[in-house]
Amino acid sequence: MSQRIDIQKTYKLFIGGKFPRTESGRYIKWTDKKGTTVVNICRGSRKDFRNAMVSARSASNGWSSRTAYNRAQILYRVGEMLEGRREQFMAELTLQGLTNKQAENEINQSIDRLIYYAGWADKFQQVFSRVNPVSLPYFNFTLPEATGVVAAIAPDDTSLLGLVSIIAPVIAGGNSIVILASESRPLSSISFAEVLHTSDVPGGVINILTGYRSELIEHFSSHMDVNAIIYCGNNPDDQKLVETNAALNVKHVIQFPLQDWSNDKHQSPYHILKCQETKTTWHPIGV
Amino acid sequence: MGTINIQKTKSIDQVNTQERVSRLFSRSIKKESKMQALYLALSMIDLTTLEGKDSEGKVKQLCYKASHLHYKHPGLPYVAAICVYPPMVPIAKKELAGTGINVASVATAFPSGMADINAKLDEVKSVVDAGADEVDMVISRGRFLNGDYDYVSDEISQVKDACGKAHLKVILETGELVTLDNVQLASDIAMEAGADFIKTSTGKVSPAATPPVVLTMLEAIRDFQIKTGKKIGMKPAGGISTAKQAIQYLVMIKETLGDDWLSPNLFRFGASSLANDILMQIMKQSTGQYQSKDYFSID
Repeated sequence: MSQRIDIQKTYKLFIGGKFPRTESGRYIKWTDKKGTTVVNICRGSRKDFRNAMVSARSASNGWSSRTAYNRAQILYRVGEMLEGRREQFMAELTLQGLTNKQAENEINQSIDRLIYYAGWADKFQQVFSRVNPVSLPYFNFTLPEATGVVAAIAPDDTSLLGLVSIIAPVIAGGNSIVILASESRPLSSISFAEVLHTSDVPGGVINILTGYRSELIEHFSSHMDVNAIIYCGNNPDDQKLVETNAALNVKHVIQFPLQDWSNDKHQSPYHILKCQETKTTWHPIGV
Repeated sequence: MGTINIQKTKSIDQVNTQERVSRLFSRSIKKESKMQALYLALSMIDLTTLEGKDSEGKVKQLCYKASHLHYKHPGLPYVAAICVYPPMVPIAKKELAGTGINVASVATAFPSGMADINAKLDEVKSVVDAGADEVDMVISRGRFLNGDYDYVSDEISQVKDACGKAHLKVILETGELVTLDNVQLASDIAMEAGADFIKTSTGKVSPAATPPVVLTMLEAIRDFQIKTGKKIGMKPAGGISTAKQAIQYLVMIKETLGDDWLSPNLFRFGASSLANDILMQIMKQSTGQYQSKDYFSID
């Protein structure tokens, strides 16, 4: 039998449940530690982000109006699908510099995190809702509701765990998200999109872009249709830019400086609450 | 009207039409020219509300929007017309007094056209009496598809007479005409019977305005002008909701009919959500930031 030809994977973007190439036609050569070019990664553009935002916005209502239980089921399903693709993620994570042991840990924790937030998806609303005592003839209650569309700059130092830790609480809370994957370790993000694709996550709820932070952060933070922005990183200029641009339409700003994403503090229902709006209702009752 | 001779119309090459559409639509219009196109497209809109649940309040709101498109951006044009159901004409007429914006009313048993000819003519007369500047009629598609072209033609010319000074737009409802040949034939019949505008769709049937259909109608208008010297207007309607689509149609019209048609006098968009998308694009061009629907008035 003749020698087989290598089949190399094309890493594309994930927008609206589809895998388009960047509209700009640009790419980034991704090299391993030895400097060998391994794959070409899409260099996402401002317009890719715009398209992703349109998808995220149109998916947002449908997702937030699903039952919380159904969102929980879908998140659990993402965990299941990730479990079934261990080998692929092992290969990619080690290629991106992790040891076998570290890679295994990262996959385990990513799955656990998805299952953790799947559990909270239909519980946080009860836990964080409350009845307020008012001295008027009203039944007064407060509950959290999805903010809408979240734009996020994923942590750069982890390929999978950081991405999952940002996405899971956001969508558990009924938001849709556009996330820019790690610039230096982008491989697992697009493979994770394949996991999402087979997990009944409706198209547009999660959109994953690859590309340069420096190029896209301006657009992520200034887009008027973004309701909350998550920034992971320590660059003071970026932090300032995000805060300044967020003021244009008063986006929520959530910053995560460089940190260890394997820490248990990243599993908390309070992370879901970060991308929620508080709604208080005054319901008239008899005097 | 004389008998329509269907032999004279040449057959439409569907593949070629599709090819030409995709070529025209791949043109890239940027910066200065994009801004100009956006302004022009705004001024060509027939801001439309044609729903069973339309109310006086909704029509008033739409009329206000027609002349106050976006307060944050001064210098915007007005839309060309408001398009409503007959009972709403007096309200729209009153609201738009002094703005120069026309009131268009659908008539002739819109959207099906299934009514007696006398009932249709009465409806047309009543909307014109109520002050409608433009009448959008529908053709009898059932009769057309049966080959009863004389009936269709006579009906249009009678409606035209009933219109008096009001402009007549003839809706072909191309989604029900099946083939491009039929679209061309219906366009010819309408233009010869006295239409001032031909219009693709009611917006109630899918597909509505598709690019090959619009191109076929534009070419029919061009041929009619060559033959008779008369300039007939065009109005694609239904399914045009983005600024990008609007600009693509402007390219198509410029390339097919020339600059004379780049004016609200001869070209209109029938749309309800298009205006806001164009406004968002204009704001994007002038501020550099992508916009959100949250900051634009609902019409």
